[in-house]
Amino acid sequence: MKNDILKIADKEFNSRLFTGTGKFSASELMKQAIVASESELVTVALKRVDVKDDQDDMLFHLRDNRINLLPNTSGVRNAKEAVFAAQLAREALETNWIKLEIHPDPKYLLPDPVETLKAAEELVSLGFVVMPYIHADPVLCKRLEEVGAQCVMPLGAPIGTNKGLKTRDFLEIIIEQSKVPVVVDAGIGAPSHAAEAMELGADAVLVNTAIAVSQNPIAMGEAFKMAVIAGRMAYNARLAPVEDKKAIASSPLTSFLYE
Amino acid sequence: MSSFKDTLSQFDWDDTMQSILGKTAVDVQHALNSKKRTLEDFKALISPAAKPYLEEMAQLSSLITKKRFGNTMQMYAPMYLSNECQNICTYCGFSLTNKIPRRTLTDEEILKEAAFLKAKGYDHILLVTGEANRTVGVDYLNNAIQLIRSQFSNISIEVQPLDQNEYELLASNGLYAVLVYQETYHREEYKKHHPKGKKSNFDYRLETPDRLGKAGMHKIGLGALFGLEDWRADCFFTALHLKYLQKTYWKTKYSISFPRLRPFSGGLEPKVEMTDTDLVQLICAYRLLDEDVELSISTREREVFRDHIVQLGITSMSAESKTNPGGYTIDKQSLEQFEISDERSTETISQMLKSQNIEPVWKDWENDWISAMP
Repeated sequence: MKNDILKIADKEFNSRLFTGTGKFSASELMKQAIVASESELVTVALKRVDVKDDQDDMLFHLRDNRINLLPNTSGVRNAKEAVFAAQLAREALETNWIKLEIHPDPKYLLPDPVETLKAAEELVSLGFVVMPYIHADPVLCKRLEEVGAQCVMPLGAPIGTNKGLKTRDFLEIIIEQSKVPVVVDAGIGAPSHAAEAMELGADAVLVNTAIAVSQNPIAMGEAFKMAVIAGRMAYNARLAPVEDKKAIASSPLTSFLYE
Repeated sequence: MSSFKDTLSQFDWDDTMQSILGKTAVDVQHALNSKKRTLEDFKALISPAAKPYLEEMAQLSSLITKKRFGNTMQMYAPMYLSNECQNICTYCGFSLTNKIPRRTLTDEEILKEAAFLKAKGYDHILLVTGEANRTVGVDYLNNAIQLIRSQFSNISIEVQPLDQNEYELLASNGLYAVLVYQETYHREEYKKHHPKGKKSNFDYRLETPDRLGKAGMHKIGLGALFGLEDWRADCFFTALHLKYLQKTYWKTKYSISFPRLRPFSGGLEPKVEMTDTDLVQLICAYRLLDEDVELSISTREREVFRDHIVQLGITSMSAESKTNPGGYTIDKQSLEQFEISDERSTETISQMLKSQNIEPVWKDWENDWISAMP
């Protein structure tokens, strides 16, 4: 697909696959997997990197002009901490993009909708490009859009579970209603899940665990790349409708009309 | 105040032991095949009946851990600040009646030890003391945290239990986690092992995690000391404690440690031995019960054991630890709280992990955020 460029805020992306940096067995392997995936937007937990250290191993491996860094606020528990962290990230990493993650629950890392909305509003007013990680809640997505979030990132399943699009019905509503790009984040465990999200009309997907924890993260990065491309192409080509039932030969209820 | 004390009082030690020992292969298979495992499943997994299923447990545990935590290991270092102690604990090298030279680090000494650990690459640090409230009370601890705060992303303590307002104070000044081990959940045996000092108050210790939860601490570390009582019952109660805390203080993260009695000068022989096989079984059982709890292993354990256990469910470890105040740079020869078993250097441990495709993670927190806490 030519000209099928994804635009978020002022940036254009050729790739609709966003990736993460956690859980890899080595930074070099992470780098190679990201390169293989051709991802242009890579999220990094601010708490994992030492922004004061210009030799930081993870940041060192992410220095590549094909890669845009998307710092995330993982670890914060409320809006106040999130805003603080975002400002720290902007100063240290010289980007006003922020993946807003507020999960006060450290067990399932489920996002707090109330604090996320509050933080998004404030961060937008401070000039950030806000990408909020949230539940697949269509109303919340509209509320975030209203306060100026430049995209929404509803989850497909609890983060790290690799279960696929457990929230599919809600994602469909969100995609239908949204005026900002919809990025399906969390729960995507296989390239087929990514393709499914793209076929539904998601604008992009974010994948981390499924690549990082696979036996061969480089090959898996490439597999996801192809799945996202395939899913997007299929969406643009309009899928043929699913045929559920066989056509009925006789018309017992309406045949009287023609008698 | 409602606390874990109410929950614990509904259980009888001997009945619990009987229930664990009565578990059968059928119970173990049920536990292995369950998606959401209960405390009854946990009992089966720590029971003797689970021994033939150890390899299966290990494989499951490894898989779950990798999915949740990735191919990583969090690294931390303990830093002993003081060995002064007003308690008598039958198993501890710092016990009041042990005739050892006592030392509490000065500001200058704290900074020197901290600089040493920082140079080794550590960014997560655990401050440890005995229990001497007059010299090493909350003011001393607060001061120590302030001294090193700018150098470490993540500061934890393992010290005497404190009051809720004291925890709130330390948290607001940069403390991330508190480890407080119950030692044993057997009320009567606890009394025997802690005959004197503030620690002899079983309930005050038992309710410490409740006070921590109320104080909004980011992480609480639990554990029992293996060797005092039967480890199976103690671990069941630790798991019960964990589940209670997770429901009550849902914003807090939890970790479990596995201290086995180690030799020290004038020490106590373990009443109930815990073998390596037992410990592997236990670590896997905790992981199968809870996919998210952090499991930590110290340098108490032997090299070979540590080399293998890193694949089986453990998510954080220390290396090259000294368990005496000033042990890294100031007073290298003084008596340790317990003997270290794995004395390999931080660099060697780091290489060992990398050779097993595990990335040592030195930094996974940002101290600056804590000050913004509510």
